Amino acid sequence: MADLFEKLVLYFRYPFVIYALIVGVLIALCSSLLGVTLVLKRFSFIGDGLSHVAFGAMALAAVFDMTNNMPLVLAITVICAVLLLHVGQNAKIKGDAAIAMISVGALAIGYLLLNVFSKSSNISGDVCSTLFGSTSILTLSKTEVWICGILSVITVAVFILFYNKIFSVTFDENFARATGTKAGLYNLLIAVIIAVIIVLAMNLVGSLLISALVIFPALSSMRLFKTFRSVTICSAILSVICAFSGIIVSILAGTPVGSTIVAVDIIAFALFSAIGALKGGIKR
Amino acid sequence: MVLLTCKDLSLGYEGHAIVKNLNFEINQGDYVCIVGENGSGKSTLMKTILGLQPPLEGKVITGDGFRQTEIGYLPQQSIVQKDFPASVWEIVLSGCSNRMGLRPFYNSQEKRDAKENIEKMGMSDHIRSCYRELSGGQQQRVLLARALCATRKMILLDEPVTGLDPIVTGEIYDIVYNLNRKDGITVVMISHDIEAAMKYATKIIHIGKTVFCGTKDEYLSSMEAKLFLKDGEHNG
Repeated sequence: MADLFEKLVLYFRYPFVIYALIVGVLIALCSSLLGVTLVLKRFSFIGDGLSHVAFGAMALAAVFDMTNNMPLVLAITVICAVLLLHVGQNAKIKGDAAIAMISVGALAIGYLLLNVFSKSSNISGDVCSTLFGSTSILTLSKTEVWICGILSVITVAVFILFYNKIFSVTFDENFARATGTKAGLYNLLIAVIIAVIIVLAMNLVGSLLISALVIFPALSSMRLFKTFRSVTICSAILSVICAFSGIIVSILAGTPVGSTIVAVDIIAFALFSAIGALKGGIKR
Repeated sequence: MVLLTCKDLSLGYEGHAIVKNLNFEINQGDYVCIVGENGSGKSTLMKTILGLQPPLEGKVITGDGFRQTEIGYLPQQSIVQKDFPASVWEIVLSGCSNRMGLRPFYNSQEKRDAKENIEKMGMSDHIRSCYRELSGGQQQRVLLARALCATRKMILLDEPVTGLDPIVTGEIYDIVYNLNRKDGITVVMISHDIEAAMKYATKIIHIGKTVFCGTKDEYLSSMEAKLFLKDGEHNG
């Protein structure tokens, strides 16, 4: 045990470990905030679909040999988020089918592009690390940490400022619209924030595991808490704790960062479900 | 005082009209019941009155300083709400959100109103309770309190007693009747329950193959009523 502790202290001397922790915690915080809304609005799959789109966009950026792919990936993901939300609701292809189509399509085209055009010698390694997260969280530059920090602050601020509206639109969209809330606008806002979070989180857990980061904390806290506010706060705290401990474990045990965090999230979910079931049992 | 006028309305989807030439006025203090068979366009009319769906033709005009977004709306329960983690307080307060504009948080006046309306609906003991754990009748009271936060003049109820037992149904009707009588709130109700419509309503709008709009007495002697009520007897 003392060994582990010493190892940890040693690691904390390196700035890249500190960066990884800061970014990891920020991303976990942001992604959990909107999780509650996505789960309740039955939008869980949008996160999944968008992350595949982000993968396709990254492949595109790689083809063009862009050094800073963030702006392109962000732009494409935001556009797709808007399209999915807007078109998905009243088009002939219904929401879930549209999402499946776009996400699988983006995945396939992305891989195709990488295979045909990439100059990299280790394509499958590249693909694997974009899909499942990579060591890139440990190679963050100071600029990337700053960008991540600023985007997180904006996300949290927007969420707090529009918290009450987001609640109205999530709980009862028709009532909100009938009483003059511009529900379409807030749906758009939610979609854009989701897109931003997904692009941020790609560094941490990779595009296949992002949905886990978004929905697990929300689902866990819904087992135990009964008001919107407590569920939101709990999932934010839970997500931060899981991400923090996941990163520490992965550094100590040498496991992949993304999957370790998701594994911790799953354990937390099991724990919360068990407590919830016990409590429910006692009540009855 | 005329709060709301529907003029030459045609309703329907994608250019296909279900109802044509609908003309009626809703006055301050009216208790209006909208009746008709399933699929006759009741819900479409309601969405149009609320401004959720544009009419194919004609318009909905509000008068006397009354705006369309000031209608308190009691929708049918959606699937989302069945397992939504929210307290009574959070839900009722959200009824005030149409007054906030761009202000991000509720002010003390709005919180007072929410509290008052919860009291009025007899739900004070449940103010911190979780919505999804309440009974059907209690949930309707909560949604009614929210509707009251959004309006001072008119509430629109979409089949408010669906799935409730007879006792609770009676309670909900009493509450709505009192709101109409004591507080002078205009009530517009979509209803399957023709008996209750006859008991409480002052005005009936019947939508079907033919359209009727008029007072209750006029309705009772009309063709539509004879067909509809007779039909109801056969079915019941």
